[in-house]
Amino acid sequence: MREWIEKQRYIIDFTLSSLLRRKVKNLGLWVLYMLVVFLLASVMFYTHAIKKEAVDVLRHSPEIIVQRIIAGRHDLFPVRYLDILKRIRGVEAVGTRLWGYYYDRSSGANYTLLVPPEQEVVKEDAGRESRTVTVEQDPKALHEEHRPLFATDGATVEPGSVIIGNGIARVRQAGPGEFMIFRAHDGKVMSLKIAGLLSSSSELVSSDLMLITEDDFRKVFGIPDDLVTDAVVSVTNPEEVTTVSMKISKQLPDSRPIVRDEIRRTYDSIFNWRGGMMIVILSSAVFAFVIFAWDKASGLSAGEKREIGILKAIGWETSDIILMKFWEGAVISLTAFFAGVILAYIHVFFTSAMLFEPALKGWSTLFPAFKPVPFISAEQLIVLFFLTVVPYTMATVVPSWRAATIDPDTAMRQTGE
Amino acid sequence: MRKSTQLFLIVAAQLVIAALLWVHGSLSAADSERRLAEERELVGRLMLTDLALFTEARYTRHLSQADLHTPFQDFPMALEHFPSGSFVQPAPGHFQRVP
Repeated sequence: MREWIEKQRYIIDFTLSSLLRRKVKNLGLWVLYMLVVFLLASVMFYTHAIKKEAVDVLRHSPEIIVQRIIAGRHDLFPVRYLDILKRIRGVEAVGTRLWGYYYDRSSGANYTLLVPPEQEVVKEDAGRESRTVTVEQDPKALHEEHRPLFATDGATVEPGSVIIGNGIARVRQAGPGEFMIFRAHDGKVMSLKIAGLLSSSSELVSSDLMLITEDDFRKVFGIPDDLVTDAVVSVTNPEEVTTVSMKISKQLPDSRPIVRDEIRRTYDSIFNWRGGMMIVILSSAVFAFVIFAWDKASGLSAGEKREIGILKAIGWETSDIILMKFWEGAVISLTAFFAGVILAYIHVFFTSAMLFEPALKGWSTLFPAFKPVPFISAEQLIVLFFLTVVPYTMATVVPSWRAATIDPDTAMRQTGE
Repeated sequence: MRKSTQLFLIVAAQLVIAALLWVHGSLSAADSERRLAEERELVGRLMLTDLALFTEARYTRHLSQADLHTPFQDFPMALEHFPSGSFVQPAPGHFQRVP
């Protein structure tokens, strides 16, 4: 065994010396190889982390959301439809949601204005009414430790005030106590006070959110009292969600129920390899590998052939030469693979994938500041390993096997040197 | 020092860094649990349905709520003029034909 190890070490010593003789070419190859692995691993880590987080967090979304569709477009939902929904067997509770988009010209950003659901009206000592958002407990979130939703404790959404997400605060450089100006649907100017900020750690879901009272929301958008954005339905038996959703479609033919599982599947297929940008990244990486493999498999250079000829002439076996070439492939691909994976991890989880940010941000002004949770599966790394290291090593060994089986004299003469 | 020893040292150093990053991953996953719990709570209470990842167009901000005809107007896999449209696609089943 000791002898075998020593033999391998001598071959590795020789291989490294041989690689270092063509330093620039091999270093260039190594850097390129490492960059391909880095790019693929970064995409893999980032997309997996976002998908996992989305699917985990959105498990608490409403079971069924019912939208109204008119002429193929999402329309406002009449409150009178709620009675029809309530009468459907299997429906446990029905609620409404009021939300919409507001384009802020001064910052060029789109905000999502949302009326916090199930607000409890609190009569204060001074006779003033206020609504707090933290009152209504979601029964499905009960198992989780209770924490205030807002950075400022006790922040409440009162008429004339809003609670904003951290992305908005960053873009507007505004904080609690300051005022935000809105241009309502009728051209009137509304000034709303920032009562608090949504916690910065929840930016991935709340960066562009703005919590507002129902009255103010209706004033901004001019939505009448008998209309809401959509309805929310919870089902008695979770197994019956699909059945209830089908019943809703039957009872309200102009509606579109969206079940929670669809939301999950939407985010499960986000960054799918068939998506535009992903296929560009993946195909460029694949082409880079094809060039590597082609370069290797199309044959050895004259110098390499001569080297093999000399080695055979001085007594090296064919198996030794193949072993040398195997180590050559393994040294380059293994070290490049590890370096690429390490750099990809640092890029995604330490710098929040800063190289991808311009592409992900697109034309939007608001982008959530968040660090992806490092969900790494061994399966991903194994797939990446077999897609990169194994083909490259094989592509190095095969042509050298062809060269090593010919006569040393011919190998040296064929070089023409 | 022999070249093979140098190589083993380099590979060993890479493995050690990789192991440390693995440990970092496990530790930060536990740390992130607090953040995830907060996000879950916010999603549950405010009845949210989507991530605020792409805010440039309404159908990329609320991917799951976009009506079937708004995004990908030409055909389901059409290239979008919004950059984020090239990272996402309609939810599976949205463009299946019903016989």
